[in-house]
Amino acid sequence: MKPVVKGVALSLFHVPTLMAYYGNVPYYERVFKPDSEYLSKLSSTLRTYDEAVKYPPNQVFIGNYSPEELRKIKRPWLINENLTANREGEFGEIFNELEFFGWLKIADSFELVWLEKNFLVQVKEIISRHSLFYQSDLKDLGEGKELYEIKAELAKGGAVPLFYGLEIIGCVRNGHAYDENLKGYPLLEKLANKASSVVVLRQVISNCAMEAKSIDFIIESSEEAVGDMFQPGGGDLAKAIAEKAQCLNANGVDVRAFCAGPAGAIIIASSLVKSGLFKNVVVIGGGSVPKLGMNSREHVAKGLTPLEDCLGAVAVLISEDDGISPVINLDSVGRHKVGTGSSPQAITTALVSDPLKMLGLNFTDVDKYAPELHNPEITEPAGAGDVPLANIKMIAALATMQGEIKRDQMDRFIVEKGIVGFSPTQGHIPSGVPILGWARKEILIDNWKRVMVIGKGSLFLARMTNLAEGFSFLVEKNEPVTELTQPTTLSREYIREVIIEVLQEMSGKFGG
Amino acid sequence: MDLENQGRIKEIAEKYGQDEVIVVLGNADPGGAEVFAETVTIGDPSYAGPLAGVSLGLPVYHIFELKSEVDPSVWQENVEMMELVLDVEGLVNSIKERREKYSKYSIPV
Repeated sequence: MKPVVKGVALSLFHVPTLMAYYGNVPYYERVFKPDSEYLSKLSSTLRTYDEAVKYPPNQVFIGNYSPEELRKIKRPWLINENLTANREGEFGEIFNELEFFGWLKIADSFELVWLEKNFLVQVKEIISRHSLFYQSDLKDLGEGKELYEIKAELAKGGAVPLFYGLEIIGCVRNGHAYDENLKGYPLLEKLANKASSVVVLRQVISNCAMEAKSIDFIIESSEEAVGDMFQPGGGDLAKAIAEKAQCLNANGVDVRAFCAGPAGAIIIASSLVKSGLFKNVVVIGGGSVPKLGMNSREHVAKGLTPLEDCLGAVAVLISEDDGISPVINLDSVGRHKVGTGSSPQAITTALVSDPLKMLGLNFTDVDKYAPELHNPEITEPAGAGDVPLANIKMIAALATMQGEIKRDQMDRFIVEKGIVGFSPTQGHIPSGVPILGWARKEILIDNWKRVMVIGKGSLFLARMTNLAEGFSFLVEKNEPVTELTQPTTLSREYIREVIIEVLQEMSGKFGG
Repeated sequence: MDLENQGRIKEIAEKYGQDEVIVVLGNADPGGAEVFAETVTIGDPSYAGPLAGVSLGLPVYHIFELKSEVDPSVWQENVEMMELVLDVEGLVNSIKERREKYSKYSIPV
């Protein structure tokens, strides 16, 4: 059974206030240097929702502009105000911060999120008209709390306030008397991840015009491990997300490998479908609050708008073959093995060259490579360069070394085969997988035939190994398989089955 | 340069002696290479890590400067691809300039 990319949902949540207070860099700056110049400048340079919607990379993310169109738009992309833009795209949507707080409350199963009564009225008014809103969400939203109740809760300690602009509009409560994993701040991170995941799960089901009960299994692949003080990463977001999307026949597991998580999870999901165990498996990666504003110190210092103000979330439905949707080719996947080595050359060979060779393919047989999709407008001012460009250059250099293209063809290869970075720097979100929306679309209309998705993760950040992780896989046009009506030769398996059958018959006749 | 690496380099230089250690960088951009080269010579310019205000004066090179010192097969397997990708001249110049200005020790290359 060929596993196919049946549908993709990609959405953004524009949360500038959340970034300013709870992105990891601003959060700790507020703890240690609350009067810093950086913090005061950060709050005065926040981007408006309209600016976030009009921002070309965001339009690519949700499926309105293609990556090729983005390449043609002059930078800085932020000031391209004359472009037409829409909050809704073919893959997903750009939600505003008010809506986000509504989804955050819907995702809460333990009365951890309190929203102020009047604010909640506004939230309900907007969110209840949304096509992804379920009637059962009304009960989850509740009736809200009085501001004095919220302030009293904050005064107890352990809870964190929620701001909308300058106003306190709620809080995330302390989940335990002394468990650090269940204090307000970590719970906010995890609930934000869950909330954005619930939205994209509902979205992918809607995009595919499926019923939620058709989903068999969820693989959650973000960077937010959940748990308590006895097992800090031992919990499971997958089922919690499935529950809120009414996927009654699903359960799931969480898979983590930093930024390589989603690519690895796609390979696992595809294997589960190919084996015949499940028909519909969804891979999900929700938004990361700590990564909001990660490079904002450098952006602010250079007088730039901090662009890391959006949570990104992705859901990919891998299903049994429908004869149409692009196929995940499991005949060969790229893996950064323990013995691969750590030089860029060794890694690129393992993730790009080796899996192609195994299939008898050349570098030029791939139409597009999606190695990393970080938006360069975010990473360049922070000194990290243009990550997708650096990666496609390495692939072009390897193709040159292996004699597949000439040195003077490298520049053309880089433009033709590369993808301009369009993804927010949300850790696991940029790493390859968000191209699946465009890959599916462009393959279906025969613009592309084969795309390589590459995910790389910095495992060394966890101090457990000095190694990194990496996976790659090919997404290809769904070519019909020529079915043989009659076997032309007898396979060993067939002969074996016949012998076993005859022996069983004989043992039945002559057995004791 | 992250704080942990600064700590490691300081420890190694103290253990073996500053004239017995060289630093080989693999930075991909000249800007980052400059900061790294300054960190191991005149100290951490951001004044955040263990090398803040510590002038080790170590000889610092980019790996591209040491091609003749490396087994050709190892070079081909690990570095050759990046020679095609990166601004080799820019990287070498940015480090060389700082080495000549700030390193107290050197090795013949």
